[in-house]
Amino acid sequence: MRLTLKAAVAVTLLLATTACGSSGSGSGASSSGLNPPDLKAPAALGATEGQVDLIAWAGYVEDGSNDPKADWVSDFEKQTGCQVHSKTAASSDEMVKLMKTGQYDAVSASGDASLRLIASGDAAPVNTDLVPNYRDIFSGLKDGAWNSVDGRMYGIPHGRGANLLMYNTAKVSPAPTSWSAVFDDASRYKGHVTAYDSPIYIADAALYLKATEPDLGIKDPYALDQKQFDAAVSLLRKQNANIGEYWSDYLKEISAFKSGDSVIGTTWQVIANLTADEGAEVKAFVPEEGSTGWSDTWMVSAKAKHPNCAYKWLDWIVSPKVNAQVAEYFGEAPANSKACELTSDKNFCTTYHASDETYWKNIAFWNTPIEQCLDGRTDVKCVPYAKWVQAWTEIKG
Amino acid sequence: MAPQTRTVSTRTAGALHRRPRLRLALLLAAPLLWLAVLYLGSLTVLFVSAFWTTNSFTSEVVKVWSTDNFRELFTTPVYRQVILRSVGVALAVTVLCAVIAFPVAFWTARVARPRWRPLLVVAILTPLWASYLVKVYAWRLILSEGGLADWMLRPFGLSGPGYGLTAAVLTLTYLWLPYMILPVHTALEQLPANLFDASADLGARAGRTFRSVVLPMVLPSVAAGSVFTFSLSLGDYITVQIVGGKTQLIGNLVYSNIELNLPMAAALGTVPVVVIVLYLLAVRRTGALSSL
Repeated sequence: MRLTLKAAVAVTLLLATTACGSSGSGSGASSSGLNPPDLKAPAALGATEGQVDLIAWAGYVEDGSNDPKADWVSDFEKQTGCQVHSKTAASSDEMVKLMKTGQYDAVSASGDASLRLIASGDAAPVNTDLVPNYRDIFSGLKDGAWNSVDGRMYGIPHGRGANLLMYNTAKVSPAPTSWSAVFDDASRYKGHVTAYDSPIYIADAALYLKATEPDLGIKDPYALDQKQFDAAVSLLRKQNANIGEYWSDYLKEISAFKSGDSVIGTTWQVIANLTADEGAEVKAFVPEEGSTGWSDTWMVSAKAKHPNCAYKWLDWIVSPKVNAQVAEYFGEAPANSKACELTSDKNFCTTYHASDETYWKNIAFWNTPIEQCLDGRTDVKCVPYAKWVQAWTEIKG
Repeated sequence: MAPQTRTVSTRTAGALHRRPRLRLALLLAAPLLWLAVLYLGSLTVLFVSAFWTTNSFTSEVVKVWSTDNFRELFTTPVYRQVILRSVGVALAVTVLCAVIAFPVAFWTARVARPRWRPLLVVAILTPLWASYLVKVYAWRLILSEGGLADWMLRPFGLSGPGYGLTAAVLTLTYLWLPYMILPVHTALEQLPANLFDASADLGARAGRTFRSVVLPMVLPSVAAGSVFTFSLSLGDYITVQIVGGKTQLIGNLVYSNIELNLPMAAALGTVPVVVIVLYLLAVRRTGALSSL
């Protein structure tokens, strides 16, 4: 019965806090800049362990059970003897949480997760010499701000994609050219605007402000000081009045565009393709201000129990043939430059701008905002991701 | 061997027979352990972790005692707003369920022919056999642009509510309605017919009988049903994600915090617990808990 007593104490304390009210915004923990723990990458590979545990986005680790045509796991298992166990994560936050359990060997982390994993010491640096296919990765994906620290790679790039503006061609006219269609002019489609449901979407507003409000001096949408951040948040608050629903599950976005509940908003290339396949009249493109985007990186856990199999997997998933398969299945630009020759749709790499480095120049890849400004400013402190999360809750109201 | 075993078992049986309290203690030990350790224990862990904090960058839980989470809970406008909205939704769903359930239950319990009654009860319960998600997605289709709701309202020059708070309340009402109909049906069925006769003999008309005889006797059952509709609505976060448009309820806040800020999620999670405890205390005064 001591437990009940404890609960009673907790309730009393709870009530006491309520009664007190109190003042001051308390957030004691302050984080410093990026000083990842000094972890060593392996110098050579040993014998494979017979098993590998992966965390991945849906569609990255396919063994044919979802779609008999999508299977690049079986051959890997045959060739290396490493049995693949994979866990599909629905969000970057979930990936970070799963990696913390230490039960997984590798993860396909997006930029809004990777820096967190590096800083917390959950991801180890990768010895790229042990991944032969790393040579053929597009140079635009190597040594990125989201996957390396001081020139040390913390993973192998897998692919990339841009956040596009999709609109219903029958209901939206004239055709939009700018993100203003979902920000300043969003009221024209009140109740039918959609946006990505994640704190990282604040960067989309910052990117728009970077082009339209030069006085704010935004250089990097992931490095916002308080004033810039407040401007982005207030823009999103205004947008909220016109939003019909936010999307994070992409089936939900497809159904909303099909029925006409959403007529304009952010999307990914693959969603645009699927929505068009289902008969909706939609178009998706990168507006004139450029866009945000994501780039996924396979990272190895610092506590990996099967590091050799994990390295084998890293090399396998970016090998030209497999990288082409997974990129086509998922709908993203492959990371391996040789993959483009091996896609089943010969126009695939053109559609997804795989080798078009000028296209990617306009894309600001997801990154984790930290207090130390990522754009190099030292005279101000930037708003860290935890505050982005809180602001996102407040924007949605 | 055999005689010895017998003596052991007879002795134990004898001891148990002589000590009824020991018997009771042994009988209740397992369920009490379950209640204390698993149920109250997890609630305690929830309360305690609400007082921890997180590292703002790595979002790891830092086990340092602080009341910041609760302070934030009560000083941040958005949290207050969402809490009020959630309680409002739960109350609206409960009232709607009660208003719809009463005539339905009256019909199934007293108006319909006796041999049809069990079948009608089964019909009311059938939706509970279907998956929760299937039902909510069905409502997503009904309420979509140009969907069934729009189509039915168009002749009247109206359109459906679209996705949003109204849609969430409608869908939750649909989901939890059987939990309200059932206790009300039972209460109405058990009303002795001679009370109606007595009321009529004393000159009361239908309205008066309803107010002075039926309502007071059925009210505890409505309160009992409302415990289900209220608590189920207060804890729901999936329905509102599917048909609620951009609406956030407490459950959504817990869900969005659970990965990055577990202590804050725990602090938010205590809100429905406290609200429901208060609600149960209020309902207990009506005597409804004894008719659950």
